[in-house]
Amino acid sequence: MRPVVAGRWAVISLPYLWLLLFFLVPFVIVFKISLSDIRLGMPPYQPMLQWVEAQMVSIQINLGNYAFLFEDPLYRNAYLHSLSTAAVSTFLCLLIGYPMAYGIARTDKSWRNLLLMLVMLPFWTSFLLRVYAWIGILKNNGLINNLLMGMGLIDQPIVMLQTDFAVYIGIVYSYLPFMVLPLYATLEKQDITLLEAAADLGCHPVRAFLAITLPLSMPGVVAGSLLVFIPAVGEFVIPALLGGPDTLMIGKVLWNEFFQNRDWPVASAVAIAMLLLLVVPIMLFQLAQGRQAGGHP
Amino acid sequence: MSIPLPVHVGRQGESCEGVAGMAETRPDKKLEPWRDRDAKPYIRIERVTKNFGDFTAVDDVSLDIYRGEIFCLLGASGCGKTTLLRMLAGFEEPTSGRISIDGADMAGIPPYRRPVNMMFQSYALFPHMTVEQNVAFGLKQDGLPKGEIRDRVAAMLELVKLTALGGRKPHQLSGGQRQRVALARSLVKQPKLLLLDEPLGALDRKLREHTQFELVNIQEKLGVTFVVVTHDQEEAMTLASRIGVMDHGEIIQVGTPSDIYEYPTSKFVADFVGSVNLFEGHLVEDEPDHVRVECPELGGCFYVDHGVSAPPEATVWVALRPEKVFISRESPGPGGDNQVSGVIKEIAYLGDLSVYLVQLPTGRMLRVTRPNVRRQDAAFDRLTWDENVWLSWEASSPVVVTQ
Repeated sequence: MRPVVAGRWAVISLPYLWLLLFFLVPFVIVFKISLSDIRLGMPPYQPMLQWVEAQMVSIQINLGNYAFLFEDPLYRNAYLHSLSTAAVSTFLCLLIGYPMAYGIARTDKSWRNLLLMLVMLPFWTSFLLRVYAWIGILKNNGLINNLLMGMGLIDQPIVMLQTDFAVYIGIVYSYLPFMVLPLYATLEKQDITLLEAAADLGCHPVRAFLAITLPLSMPGVVAGSLLVFIPAVGEFVIPALLGGPDTLMIGKVLWNEFFQNRDWPVASAVAIAMLLLLVVPIMLFQLAQGRQAGGHP
Repeated sequence: MSIPLPVHVGRQGESCEGVAGMAETRPDKKLEPWRDRDAKPYIRIERVTKNFGDFTAVDDVSLDIYRGEIFCLLGASGCGKTTLLRMLAGFEEPTSGRISIDGADMAGIPPYRRPVNMMFQSYALFPHMTVEQNVAFGLKQDGLPKGEIRDRVAAMLELVKLTALGGRKPHQLSGGQRQRVALARSLVKQPKLLLLDEPLGALDRKLREHTQFELVNIQEKLGVTFVVVTHDQEEAMTLASRIGVMDHGEIIQVGTPSDIYEYPTSKFVADFVGSVNLFEGHLVEDEPDHVRVECPELGGCFYVDHGVSAPPEATVWVALRPEKVFISRESPGPGGDNQVSGVIKEIAYLGDLSVYLVQLPTGRMLRVTRPNVRRQDAAFDRLTWDENVWLSWEASSPVVVTQ
């Protein structure tokens, strides 16, 4: 093997080795646990393989955990609520992020880097700290309520913390940069002469935006939406800190199952089901995207 | 306002046969409206200046362009020709001055309300639309009925011979095909004025030549006024009814291709269009019907059979085109003006013609071209390096310029 080829293989295989060790293997373990039965003891699940006699191994596969997910409406509701929360948050991010990205992409070149820096600046502070900061802003005697009451606009504090509203604020705030950056990347490289051509053919700027800019920025819209939607579905910290006790998110259910009920098999089943729920539609979507983009230079 | 679209623009063979005829200047007065004092210009550019910060891209340009013309703005890159074109399209507003099209002042009118279409240098085809959708785009903006859009798009695609490729996306087309889509898209709205920015820049030589004639054909069939921007003098020569040579934001000379080539009014134009031998000198004889210019570098005098308006003893320049110089071994006559001897220092054989660089006794090089009328086989007694030759030219050949 020539050294160049060997080098190329090394470069490719190292990250894959990493993923294999720290992603695929744990995934298989979790998958295995999800097929076992709960028991008291450590670890709190039945081993899958058991020596019955000298040359006999019994394999126990328990599909009951998955069946349980279907039986108990708690899980279905949690899944649905997670999906809808993530979808609404993604949509809000898009609504706020698109004009931001568009504005940055169309400003003078010397300003763009500064504006992008400002978008990324919050990452320099701990995520957890920033979510806690929202508690201080949203709580009953927090920044907003004190301000409004001080101005005499309200005399009762508005309950914002521990509501879905607070969860939306937390998610949109935290994930907005992930929407803005890919959108900016596609909008920034768009050819301005296309808009000139549209105007030249009698197209009003507003219609030109809908007919040219928006369709051509779809790859950015899709990338940004996936980057927001996927982590938002499994989000645990934000609903735990900002949401109420009845904010049912799958991440929270998973946590409860694992640490409060100590039911590792069901918790694992919840995790696997969530993964399938997300991965399958995304893979189908990417396949369709790839087919559509196929042939582009 | 529906103008019936012609379906054929001429078969490919035809358009190539017309080479000579098309490039000629037609003496018909109707086709040369700029010679007619009463003709009303279609585009009127009056003292237009455009500044970008400290930089003056277009400097006090005034220009009249008439209906049905193919007007070429010729100049090196950065001379302001594209800025002038973009002001016509409405993408830039003049800093001062006035542009009117068909009598209407264009100040403050956005591009989407101008009776003008433009073919972009990069073509600017919409990458997410098919060829048909690209061509139909302009018509859709006018809210025309679907049936009419379909018919006109089909007629246009037939005109540019792209009917079979209507369903393709731009990235699936070759450079020449894209160029034709861009042309179809800009023509489908039947504009009175079409602006073309380096229309043939991205095409290879053969395709360029073919497309040039096709453009002229289409222009004649549809009666559209073309304003073309180009840095390529050959392109300007073939396409244009008139050429405006630009430099540093100013129009240096306006005229028909043959005016520009045969009667340049400045060193810049003589040098920019075609190649030329320029000699600095001063007038020693200044008569209304002829002048004599003494040029130290020539080691003699030019006798020129046209008058010059220049103060006596002023510095002038004589421009002599290389193809207007005769080269031979024999002395052309008993001495005098318009002849000089020299030694061949360089020969470039270009197939159809040969270029000779001849060193004069003064040390100055003179460029001479001669068509290779005879096949240069072994029997041919060709001129060769270091040979002594005589150069001569007719009194009508040199042009005297004063700036």
